[in-house]
Amino acid sequence: MKIIACIKQVPDSEAKVKAEDGKVTWGDAPLVINPFDEYAVEGALQQREALGGTVTALCIGPESAKDALKHALAMGADDAVLVSDPALTELDTVGAARVLAAAINKIGGADMVMFGRQTLDNGAGLTPAQTARVLGLPMLGFVGQIKVEGDNVTVDRITEEGRQTVSAKMPAILSLVQSIGEPRYPSFMGIRKASKATIPVWSLADVNATAAVPVITRIELMNPPVQETKVEMITGDSPAEIADKLADKILAEKVL
Amino acid sequence: MKTFVYIDHFKNDVQPASWEALGLAKSFGTCVALVFGSDTDEIAKAAFEYGADEVVIVDDPALADYRAEPYASTLTALATSAAPDLILFPTTARTREFAAMSAVDLNTGVLTDVAKFEMNGDQLVATRPIYEGKVLEKTVCSGKPVMATIPARAFPKPERVAGKAGTAIKAEAKIDALTTVQGYAATESAVNIGDAAVIVSGGRGVSNNPALGLDEAETAKKGFAMLGELAALLGGAVGASRAAVDGGYITYAHQVGQTGKVVAPDLYIACGISGAIQHLVGMRNSKLIVAINKDADAPVFNQARYGVVGDLFAIVPALTEAMKKKMGK
Ligand SMILES: Cc1cc2nc3c(=O)[nH]c(=O)nc-3n(C[C@H](O)[C@H](O)[C@H](O)COP(=O)(O)OP(=O)(O)OC[C@H]3O[C@@H](n4cnc5c(N)ncnc54)[C@H](O)[C@@H]3O)c2cc1C
Ligand SMILES: Nc1ncnc2c1ncn2[C@@H]1O[C@H](COP(=O)(O)O)[C@@H](O)[C@H]1O
Repeated sequence: MKIIACIKQVPDSEAKVKAEDGKVTWGDAPLVINPFDEYAVEGALQQREALGGTVTALCIGPESAKDALKHALAMGADDAVLVSDPALTELDTVGAARVLAAAINKIGGADMVMFGRQTLDNGAGLTPAQTARVLGLPMLGFVGQIKVEGDNVTVDRITEEGRQTVSAKMPAILSLVQSIGEPRYPSFMGIRKASKATIPVWSLADVNATAAVPVITRIELMNPPVQETKVEMITGDSPAEIADKLADKILAEKVL
Repeated sequence: MKTFVYIDHFKNDVQPASWEALGLAKSFGTCVALVFGSDTDEIAKAAFEYGADEVVIVDDPALADYRAEPYASTLTALATSAAPDLILFPTTARTREFAAMSAVDLNTGVLTDVAKFEMNGDQLVATRPIYEGKVLEKTVCSGKPVMATIPARAFPKPERVAGKAGTAIKAEAKIDALTTVQGYAATESAVNIGDAAVIVSGGRGVSNNPALGLDEAETAKKGFAMLGELAALLGGAVGASRAAVDGGYITYAHQVGQTGKVVAPDLYIACGISGAIQHLVGMRNSKLIVAINKDADAPVFNQARYGVVGDLFAIVPALTEAMKKKMGK
């Protein structure tokens, strides 16, 4: 089984992210693997354990994104590839999908390509389906459970309304969610292996792709209006008294 | 401007944000509702009543179950022949997926979770959250049509006018499915916390009541039933923190936060939830936030308008009683 896990590097979710002088800043907070993409790596490793094969972590990003790939290696991925090119700074999701598709082809394809549900930074949640469309492969989105039989993959999709069981012929594109299981922590051995790994860096030319003009462009960045809610603590001698006061406050706000 | 609005539904149960999208589209000009599925007459009727000028119905047994490829290809075909300026969707797992695909076909892009639209000349400018809503961006899409998804409850729901009718047009489905639907299991009565006006949410604290003398799972079950009573009284839904979901107290469909759902109800009552950033990003746009927590230093109080330091097992039932009385129920 050949499996690719697509991951991105993002600022940690604890980071104090702000818009400053038309740029996004996050102080000295660390860059980490996109938390949703840890599920992609976890799901890929589970399938390798069940079926044998290899897991390749794939990322488009700057040189620094090698650290995110090293996290995937430390979790247990067999190898990693970074696609990095100065022409890729203004990438929208369709652009990312085209480059990922080209890199997947260059790797030689895969039986399953795992994605996260969405990125923390852009938060679009579009790239997996767009990669599937570019490659003409079946899209299995929001997957919480995977079963492979022969060249067929059957998944449980976790949607707003419940679980939907869907199957497709491999190769297929999957986006994975939390129900797949907690991402494993990197092992000591894994961390050692990852720290020694050399990660190949491919340019756009290497993957036979060109930088498309982005369709979606940002024209302004803003900080959200600061909410000046000051908490008012409701106290009283008994739960009933507190509840009575709280109920009055809630009703006075006219939100019901 | 001519706008397509995709009416999203699951087994013919419409996501209310579809109507919100329809109302928004009307404010831009001509509005054409798209209804895909099987036996969708009722949905088409509702679309007229909510104000659609025209409804395009693609009624085909092969579309009865949502599948990404045929839905995307059907949309691509309609957009190619009718050339709308804008296609609006309510943000759901389905729409993100097939809108994304159709955008590839049409050489355009999708603006997701748009909170606000404005016109700059004849260009549509969308404001959307990035970095979990810590920053907002204004973005434009140079492709045509512009495609955009809107979150539930971000735009007003239009008035429904009973009996209002209009031109219904039948169109062909493009059936090129690459997947087969094997089955479906509802996670209880189809919770959709995204649309709820009131959410009563529970965290790990809901499993903490030694006085009951029960184990963690049984305590949590009782605790969530208690939250459910308050939610039902207020006409709302039950939410949860990830710790509660991971603990198996309640299903993932209820999870609020970064890896769950982003919600913005009128009233959010957080019970036994500490207020981790990953939870707060999912609920901080609620109109009124009330927090009930044993720990006076819990960060959730920094986000709340009203707070109670106390045991949720004492406060929540008392609050239910008080509300019952005051609401005359
Ligand atoms: C990548 C990532 C994604 C995440 N995504 C999410 C997400 O989507 N949603 C989410 O919620 N979390 C998410 N988390 C987890 C988050 O960081 C917290 O761990 C989680 O929100 C904690 O849940 P909690 O508040 O219920 O539990 P705790 O932090 O354990 O808090 C329990 C609270 O209950 C109070 N309490 C205990 N007993 C009682 C009682 N009897 N009465 C009143 N109060 C009581 C305690 O004082 C405490 O404040 C994510 C974390 C990561 C790393
Ligand atoms: N630069 C990137 N490199 C590798 N994978 C990516 C990249 N951007 C997005 N992805 C994948 O696509 C998913 C959805 O991203 P997005 O559409 O930006 O929300 C992520 O969870 C990743 O799995």
